Amino acid sequence: MRKFIIGIAVAGIFVVYSIGIRHQRPVIAKPASLAKGSGSASPAGSATSSASSGSNTGSSTSTNGSQTNAATTTNSHYKDGTFTGSVADAYYGQVQVAVTINGGKVTNVKFLQYPNTHSTSVYINQQAMPYLKQEAIQSQNSNVQIISGATFTSQAFIQSLSNALSKASA
Amino acid sequence: MLYLKPVRKTEIIMGMPITIEIIDMINDNIFEKIFEYFKDVDKRFSTYKRSSEVSKYNKGLINIGDLSKDMKEILKLSQQTKEETGGYFDIKKKNGKIDPSGIVKGWSIRNAALKILKAGYTNFFIEAGGDIESHGNPKGIPYFKVGIRNPFDINAIVKVIKLKNMGIATSGTYIRGQHIYNPLNYTKANEIASISVIGPDIYEADRFATAAFAMGLKGINFIEDLDGFEAYMINNKGIATLTSGFERYVIHA
Repeated sequence: MRKFIIGIAVAGIFVVYSIGIRHQRPVIAKPASLAKGSGSASPAGSATSSASSGSNTGSSTSTNGSQTNAATTTNSHYKDGTFTGSVADAYYGQVQVAVTINGGKVTNVKFLQYPNTHSTSVYINQQAMPYLKQEAIQSQNSNVQIISGATFTSQAFIQSLSNALSKASA
Repeated sequence: MLYLKPVRKTEIIMGMPITIEIIDMINDNIFEKIFEYFKDVDKRFSTYKRSSEVSKYNKGLINIGDLSKDMKEILKLSQQTKEETGGYFDIKKKNGKIDPSGIVKGWSIRNAALKILKAGYTNFFIEAGGDIESHGNPKGIPYFKVGIRNPFDINAIVKVIKLKNMGIATSGTYIRGQHIYNPLNYTKANEIASISVIGPDIYEADRFATAAFAMGLKGINFIEDLDGFEAYMINNKGIATLTSGFERYVIHA
């Protein structure tokens, strides 16, 4: 459940962020087209280099998508209504959201499609999950009642052993 | 038999040591019954016994319709697991024959645990070849303390976790060595040394541990995405990766 909530939160932040990028685009477009990486031209003076590179990629990839919006919306407000996003491939499944705008502000983000961990179609994320904690293993002396480990003896082992013994006794 | 103290018994069945410990006062032949059950499972599902149902099935000596109820269930669960793991879990071997031991092990431990519960015992564990299902707790602490074995040193543990009413299974490379293949391309899963999976019961933990191991380094992501499962993966360089909820099971030294 926690993973699901985190997933929703991350996706939600991304949606809000991408809307923000679209919103800024007309302002950023000019300096971006003039000089690559001239962060000083950005109206947001405090933008870090990573933020400005993010804006650049944002503006270039969102050009097609925001074209229609740019024609119908003003720079300062979103149009009220509910807007369905395109289906996006999130490596492990399809994500599609619908955003509701009220009074120029995002009031709701609804998931129309999202990867379902319980579906029979499994997704195996090829990307590393950078937030998973890593540590070097360390042997420890603790009293435990049971030990979990890969099986020591196995039927294959016993079969091989029997075979060896039969050869040994031949 | 009447035992007033916790009793632990081990027998070698299905090619591995099977240990049962019951904390509650014992007043019947529960150990004998459970070990008998494992022997029966071995008789029916061993690929090393010519007379087993699996062997007969592999030789084409049994029609699908004549299979036992348990065998049908195993085949169904195997197919389901194959689908749920994107093909990484597959009982079908290169030669076209089936080896359902990867399902049978966890399934039989879970069944044995259910039998013990049904007999009225509430505090016990079963451990078979490193796979564990525990119910209730020992006297004095509210959970069983389970060590995760160091895959590079069979005499050492690297983590201690609390286990209660759950299962933990470890798939790994030591000794049993090359027994787990990635069925998708038949290459050995050797990027990781071991992966221990905690799940709602040993059947669930075991089948997903086996599949996650076959996936190699990305196996941990597979478990991370499964609701109700946590894992501790040790790669072949001795670096462990934890799923995001694993820490809550860890007992710190």
